[in-house]
Amino acid sequence: MRPFAYVSAPDVDTAVRAIAEQPGAKLLGGGTNLVDLMRQDVERPTTVVDISSVPLTGVDELPDGGLRIGALVRNSHLAAHPLVRTRFPVLAQALLSGASGQLRNMATVGGNLLQRTRCLYFVDGAAACNKREPGSGCDAIGGFHRGNAVLGTSEHCVATHPSDMAVALAALDAVVEAQSVRGTRRIPLVELHRLPGDTPHLETVLDADELITAVEVPASAVAATSRYRKVRDRASFAFALVSVAAALDVEDGAVSAVRVALGGVAPKPWRAYEAERVLTGAPATEESFRAAAEAELADASGLPGNDFKIELARRTIVATLRQLRVEGGAA
Amino acid sequence: MVEVQLRVNGTAHRLELDPRVSLLDALREHLGLTGTKKGCNQGACGACTVLVDGERITACLALAVQYGGREITTIEGVAHPLQQAFVRTDGFQCGYCTSGQICSALGMLAEVEAGAPSAVTEHLAEPAVALTDAEIRERMSGNLCRCGAYNGITDAIRETAGVPS
Ligand SMILES: Cc1cc2nc3c(=O)[nH]c(=O)nc-3n(C[C@H](O)[C@H](O)[C@H](O)COP(=O)(O)OP(=O)(O)OC[C@H]3O[C@@H](n4cnc5c(N)ncnc54)[C@H](O)[C@@H]3O)c2cc1C
Ligand code: SF4
Ligand code: FES
Ligand code: FES
Repeated sequence: MRPFAYVSAPDVDTAVRAIAEQPGAKLLGGGTNLVDLMRQDVERPTTVVDISSVPLTGVDELPDGGLRIGALVRNSHLAAHPLVRTRFPVLAQALLSGASGQLRNMATVGGNLLQRTRCLYFVDGAAACNKREPGSGCDAIGGFHRGNAVLGTSEHCVATHPSDMAVALAALDAVVEAQSVRGTRRIPLVELHRLPGDTPHLETVLDADELITAVEVPASAVAATSRYRKVRDRASFAFALVSVAAALDVEDGAVSAVRVALGGVAPKPWRAYEAERVLTGAPATEESFRAAAEAELADASGLPGNDFKIELARRTIVATLRQLRVEGGAA
Repeated sequence: MVEVQLRVNGTAHRLELDPRVSLLDALREHLGLTGTKKGCNQGACGACTVLVDGERITACLALAVQYGGREITTIEGVAHPLQQAFVRTDGFQCGYCTSGQICSALGMLAEVEAGAPSAVTEHLAEPAVALTDAEIRERMSGNLCRCGAYNGITDAIRETAGVPS
């Protein structure tokens, strides 16, 4: 690991000033991604601004029944929160399906959103990777890309965003609040991450000196009947091949409200607007679920090693909606 | 160098550390507490699990300077019936993963005690969870055992938690 200057920030103001003043600075939350990548020489901050003891650790109820979640809330604490478990079970399930018990105790909400891809070549200094080194090429496309994306990719990068939590937040219309020395702004979670295009090294719309302070999840009746379903190579402690966050309300046999988002298949948490459009008002049947899944994956394109994900995603969408219809939500 | 006060197993230590030093290396190399093991150094195996204020974490992905003033417990500070249970149930062979397994299991049992759900918990809204074998295995998935002593580990945890098999 390269040497760096260490700054411990007691509050947000100190932290945002420190990252504004030091162009090579990085924020340190739980460290479970940043420390790992610094050790592998992928991240090379000259200054590390430690925000792990900044008191943005509240999970507060908003007047309308939504939630305001501090950026430093640990993943395990958020998953165990009674309001999350009862009103937004998809979020609790997504968090609990990520990483391990130890890592969830360390990982913060802000760090989880901004974790980097698990593409094998991104962490391999000997490989070509446009994300790590712009213009160097992409060794995943002709290489081992079983875990890579099938939606929203470009010829320059086919990496996925690995977060489970973010997929649930995308389905829940969450809003991210970010602060810098210039002030505070709010960004819909579905607009936080960018698609790679020809600049895969630019991953979010945040500026380098912005700090995520909170995530707000608006009140949602349909969210009470929600689930997260994760398909992976092992039963536990593995990243998603495909995951589905979904919420479903049915009235008189027809879909009255629905939310769907996909993980493991795209460079960002993928809100399945097309599937939702097909489903809304349609009979809550297997045929509609399949039609919605087909519509969402219509533009998907895989590589030889990962095109199985396209059908897997369709089937996982159908299975999740069926489970919501038959068994209800995870609460 | 950064000055940090680490409280480990009830004793305070004042250390001058390069900020790159992980909590794991601080424990092993600077304090001589080699009971905590280094397996992957990437958060993936759980051999380095310690308790911080009673919560389990992987010490390899923690920078020591982040944990000043917190109450750190390593295997050297643990005296618990779970350790006897591991011996009784053959919860280990080479023993390399064992200190991590034990610290992790103690943290896990406290999580269950507090009613925290897991990915296999069926009804998330229920405030209490029954510690089935499926729950134990899911909750312990952050600890790998190359010797494959998983059945013994599960038995030891189940016994200690007082759950009939
Ligand atoms: C072995 C292993 C398995 C894993 N499995 C999964 C999995 O199955 N599913 C899953 O979703 N995740 C998984 N993860 C990833 C894990 O969830 C993330 O590493 C974690 O959520 C990151 O949070 P952190 O607080 O530790 O981030 P850090 O490592 O502290 O930071 C990550 C990035 O976010 C930036 N940052 C942190 N906080 C803020 C903030 N408030 N504002 C602005 N920038 C910020 C940092 O500068 C850094 O660039 C796994 C990780 C490991 C090591
Ligand atoms: S897919 Fe993206 S992250 Fe992976 S090697 Fe190609 S450019 Fe790098
Ligand atoms: S050494 Fe820390 S998890 Fe493997
Ligand atoms: S006992 Fe040998 S690795 Fe677990």
